[in-house]
Amino acid sequence: MDKTPNNKAWFMVLPVVVLVAITAIIPLMTVVNYSVQDTFGQNQFFWAGTVWFEEVLASERFHDALLRNLAFSGIILAIEIPLGIAVALAMPRKGLWVPVCLILMALPLLIPWNVVGTIWQVFGRADIGLLGYFLASIGVDYNYAQNAFDAWATVIVMDVWHWTSLVVLLCYAGLVSIPEAYYQAARIDGASRWKVFRYIQLPKMNRVLLIAVLLRFMDSFMIYTEPFVVTGGGPGNSTTFLSIDLVKLAIGQFDLGPAAAMSLIYFLIILLLSWVFYTVMTNYGADKNPAGGGQ
Amino acid sequence: MAKITLDKIAHSYLPYPKTDADFALKEIDHVWEDGGAYALLGPSGCGKTTLLNIISGLLVPSLGNLLFDKQDVTHLAPEQRNIAEVFQFPVVYDTMTVAENLAFPLVNRRIPRDEITKRVSAALDMLDLTDKANRKAQGLTADEKQKISLGRGLVRYDVNAILFDEPLTVIDPHMKWQLRTELKALHRRFGHTMIYVTHDQTEALTFADKVVVMYEGEVVQIGTPEELFDDPAHTFVGYFIGSPGMNVLPCDVAGDKLTLGGREITLGRRYPKMSGKTEVGVRPEFVRLAPAGQGAAGGLPITVTAVEDIGRFKIVRAQLQGHSFDAVLPEGSEVPAEASAVVDPARLKIYHDSHLVRGTA
Repeated sequence: MDKTPNNKAWFMVLPVVVLVAITAIIPLMTVVNYSVQDTFGQNQFFWAGTVWFEEVLASERFHDALLRNLAFSGIILAIEIPLGIAVALAMPRKGLWVPVCLILMALPLLIPWNVVGTIWQVFGRADIGLLGYFLASIGVDYNYAQNAFDAWATVIVMDVWHWTSLVVLLCYAGLVSIPEAYYQAARIDGASRWKVFRYIQLPKMNRVLLIAVLLRFMDSFMIYTEPFVVTGGGPGNSTTFLSIDLVKLAIGQFDLGPAAAMSLIYFLIILLLSWVFYTVMTNYGADKNPAGGGQ
Repeated sequence: MAKITLDKIAHSYLPYPKTDADFALKEIDHVWEDGGAYALLGPSGCGKTTLLNIISGLLVPSLGNLLFDKQDVTHLAPEQRNIAEVFQFPVVYDTMTVAENLAFPLVNRRIPRDEITKRVSAALDMLDLTDKANRKAQGLTADEKQKISLGRGLVRYDVNAILFDEPLTVIDPHMKWQLRTELKALHRRFGHTMIYVTHDQTEALTFADKVVVMYEGEVVQIGTPEELFDDPAHTFVGYFIGSPGMNVLPCDVAGDKLTLGGREITLGRRYPKMSGKTEVGVRPEFVRLAPAGQGAAGGLPITVTAVEDIGRFKIVRAQLQGHSFDAVLPEGSEVPAEASAVVDPARLKIYHDSHLVRGTA
């Protein structure tokens, strides 16, 4: 049968193209537009080329915020992923306690970011907060507004409290999807508890863990609301992460050009690191010797 | 390898079973020979998986004891029973290579390394997987994965029994024959005690030396494929084994006289007086057709409703007094328009409340 060459099918994707253009492409292009121009208000723009990019990449302020962000995301992943796996493993697989555990786990996820920030801001105060008062009464000098370490500890504990549940729920979904026969086979093969985890549970959780790592990385790398509410980026600049710095630059100082350039660099860093995580985790455990070969 | 003794085993999923109906597995008392190939055959819910789980150690029977040789294993956990099992869906350790999968049970049992290498390469050879030894198990086909599951049992030379829980469910039809043949060959060569659960009569009959037919929690017959065909001990065995299944019709029996379809047939044996449901069974393969009114005692008056010609033979679907009555005729035989069925009285089986009555000579 002859086929008539016909490109009308392209019209089928038109609605999606229009939608994505409005939600993503046009706003993104506006940012690109600002990043290569300079303005003195009154809607007058001048071509600036790559000046803003060079300025941002060379600025110490950007380097510091980037390092802080990398450290924060690293710590968050190092705590939340193992903790999430451990909690998921400890949760019951059947019975009355399953819904109870699931609801308890889901609760923190339902609370808005700024509310979480406010809760912890009050919770940590030495005068009226439960935690702050308790720590002060046992002689711990804890003050997140003045001590950089305390501020970091507060933001990290807050994020662990807020988001470990997400990792738990994802891992739990991976765990319950493992057929009972795997555990029976492992018992018959004489596998230890550790080997069951290493060779059955962990490989079966691989895909959900990839999602968990990507989500937690992207979210923690873009963290804004909680440190903004609790510490306001301080003391000093100790909790000023990239997003907080960006807002200061864009809205506080109204430096649209540098802010736009920084946004794009910020976006590219997240994209690059997510790609690295994705590639590493999908290649892990892949068949390295597909042609086979004898022993 | 071991002899398996089922010493008055019964199981109920209820905590306090009272009546017979509460038991998912009714009392079974039997000895399965060392090195035998047994198939547990029956429809879903007949208790065959319950029995398998009792043997593998996932279930402790409500009543009775299970012995491997002389050791009572009733309360031992699966890992202490030294058995191997191949499950319905292939279980392989995805991140390990084929060879590592086979070595896994040996590594866990702290067998010396050179012994492991030797046994693994022997098993790879047996299963024809040598050229895939260093591939990840994840990317293999379902039948190869099932072979790996089986291989993890074969590398342990001292297993008491290898259990199979409908292992060919997810295998492509053209591979089923091949795997079954390989399994049979392995059994002949190494003589493991094998127990094979299935609801497919072809699988059971080709695999097993002895087929255990189960129905509603009861073992209705244990026998060779030939015994199940020639001498079904229960009407269910008659229905279930053979295609089409046995014709079973209500009848009256008095002494050596059988009344069926308004005809009286003299049986070769005498039967006691039976109250309750009395039925006669005859395999379609033993039915011949003659033009109406001919044959011994005029034959049984049947109404032919359909003829299915399936090449090597013809299946004649007919009715006898409102009950379906099939006949299997050799290729090329004529089906008379007005037919009557002729049967050899020696091939008629009498059933009382579904159980075979043998009668006396």
